[in-house]
Amino acid sequence: MSGHVHKDYIGAKFGMWLFLFTEILLFGGLFILYAVYLTRYPQEFISAGSELNVWFGGGNTMVLLTSSLFVAISITALRRGAKTLCLRLLGGTIACAVIFMVNKYFEWSAKISHGIYPGSEHLKELQPGEMVFFNIYYLTTGLHGLHVVIGAVLIAWSMFLIKSDKVNADDFVILENAGLYWHLVDLIWIFVFPLYYLILH
Amino acid sequence: MSETTATAANDRGFWGEANYPGIFGWIFSTDHKRIGLLYFWSVLTFFCVGVLLGLLLRLELFAPGETIMSAQTYNATFTLHGVIMIFLFIIPGIPAAFGNLIMPIQIGARDVSFPKLNLFSWWLYITGATLAVTSLFTGGGPPDTGWTFYVPFSAQTSTNVSLAAVAVFILGFSSILTGLNFVTTIHRLRTKGMTWMRIPLFTWSLYATAWIQILATPVIGITVALLFAERVLGTGLFDPAQGGDPIMFQHLFWIYSHPAVYIMVLPGMGVISDIIPVFSRKPAFGYKAIVVSSMAIAFAGSLVWAHHMYTSGISDMAVMIFSFLTFIVAIPSAIKVFNWLATLYEGSILLDPPLLYALSFILLFTIGGLSGLVLGAAAADVHVHDTYFVVGHFHFVMFGGTGMAFFAAMHYWLPKIYGRMYDKTVATVAWGVIIVGFLILYISMKVVGMMGMPRRYYDYVPEFTGLNQLATVGSWILAIGLILMFVNIIHGLFKGDPVEANPWGGASLEWQIPSPPPTENFGEEDPVVTHGPYDFKKAGIL
Repeated sequence: MSGHVHKDYIGAKFGMWLFLFTEILLFGGLFILYAVYLTRYPQEFISAGSELNVWFGGGNTMVLLTSSLFVAISITALRRGAKTLCLRLLGGTIACAVIFMVNKYFEWSAKISHGIYPGSEHLKELQPGEMVFFNIYYLTTGLHGLHVVIGAVLIAWSMFLIKSDKVNADDFVILENAGLYWHLVDLIWIFVFPLYYLILH
Repeated sequence: MSETTATAANDRGFWGEANYPGIFGWIFSTDHKRIGLLYFWSVLTFFCVGVLLGLLLRLELFAPGETIMSAQTYNATFTLHGVIMIFLFIIPGIPAAFGNLIMPIQIGARDVSFPKLNLFSWWLYITGATLAVTSLFTGGGPPDTGWTFYVPFSAQTSTNVSLAAVAVFILGFSSILTGLNFVTTIHRLRTKGMTWMRIPLFTWSLYATAWIQILATPVIGITVALLFAERVLGTGLFDPAQGGDPIMFQHLFWIYSHPAVYIMVLPGMGVISDIIPVFSRKPAFGYKAIVVSSMAIAFAGSLVWAHHMYTSGISDMAVMIFSFLTFIVAIPSAIKVFNWLATLYEGSILLDPPLLYALSFILLFTIGGLSGLVLGAAAADVHVHDTYFVVGHFHFVMFGGTGMAFFAAMHYWLPKIYGRMYDKTVATVAWGVIIVGFLILYISMKVVGMMGMPRRYYDYVPEFTGLNQLATVGSWILAIGLILMFVNIIHGLFKGDPVEANPWGGASLEWQIPSPPPTENFGEEDPVVTHGPYDFKKAGIL
């Protein structure tokens, strides 16, 4: 191979945006099911949805929004050469991801201790519409939680590359793409939060 | 187009340069041509397995009652035949194999935008394929749901559907990554002078296909993920006992799987659009119309999924709307057929094997497409739904369409990649045998379907015996033709006479570089394009 090095930043970001479309469509399947079942079981969705704790959801919304802000600032910091600040901000993002997941753990544990989880005996005594609601709630927030973890791993990997100067003020498209992915995690939550925690109260 | 440096006859181009020794120079290569060949040989292997399973199915149907296998084995065999042919052969067949081999060269690029991701896609494909094969021998035995995995049966059967669902998810991921790689490549890596209206029609068809791969495949991802969750975690989103609705599974499944038939056929149409002008020595008639119709198929094809569900209990209004939309998709397909015929009209026709396969595509795809309209019309569909008419229909469009296009692409481009030519006379004879076998096999299926024989049964009433035996005999003739074709082309690729850079007289970029192509396709200088892909006068062919 010749030493032909081809770096195409626009291309790299273009590819990332296409990938983000696919993620939105992946969640799109769950949102379609939500819409269909909400139309079919409006009463049951309201009675089951009002059992979700808006403070857990609201708190996690604040945590995620803050983490996205950290990522956005970190990119500017890196471009201006403030490597240490950038790393600290990204550390903050990962801390937010951890808080989010711990929060989620407590929220799910509370539900599970009340016997509300897929396939449980208690769930089978509920109305069919309420069963659908809790199933889709677990699947949607579970899939989203998985994306939070993937996003945090991507951010950690970017931090490692920044530390070893492979990602720097002149070559930071990996951090930008990891940041884009993190914003997607945020964006999906921005739709999950009102659909599950707000409009059903 | 640019002058490229002449190479010595014994120069094996990219074949001679590997980064790693032996097989590692292939399975860890990021060269688009090597990855294309990895895909080519992988999909060809699975195609042969699929053909063997198909032959077994036909053998079972040679006589009523149990002939060579039990009902359960038959269910597993047709499921496997469908899963292998669809997910491991037709979907990756032309785009991943020939798209990787040819597309970057056609736009004057040295590789795709993300070469490592490209290699990763192939590894995902192999992983998915391995899991699909593993699902046959582990758990509760081979899945018996048919390739559509319809709930509630797929959620309840004790066979190994869960692992097959994981395999489909991974294969879908592979397809998505190939799609986004191709879209980015076509946007970003076109060489100087390669304007959008100078892109060869094969690459245009890959562009349209790649968008469908990106936008539709995630939906099958979430669908099989939900099926997996229903089986493993008990989250019954499609389970009526838990308030779910099985029809929603069918909607989500077809929201992907109908656009997926255009993932399967659009690249085939692209192959035909590239071959016909070359062997007619005429510019493609209606180049822009073909481009627009590819994009129109990609768009309109996303809106017709529920025509698979006329008898599933959707409302009459929905049936009418989807029937109407289905008729609309026929229009861009017909535009292509008319443009191909107009290109051939008054052309200086060279009846070489690639053109023969292309012509059989037009014939068989048109028959298959028109019988699709019978199914698209709601009233007629109720009569033939889930009969052998449907089986005949989709084999005409998938095998007669995409399969023939795959063979056409093999005969057209593989001499370029291998630098050697097969025996054209044997290729022509093989083509004739394949067509005869094909027509006997699938016309019999259509007729017996019209008479009311349902699909997916290992048994039938004695009245259908004659036509079923005719179909089975047709499958043998088809198999003989396929063997002849593969032996001839594989022998030619390794032992045939060396070919020059441009054996067919093509005007697009891949014919302006040596055969086989060098590692980075072009010399020191990137090529500069000064005319369209079918401008044979300016290219100096005419």
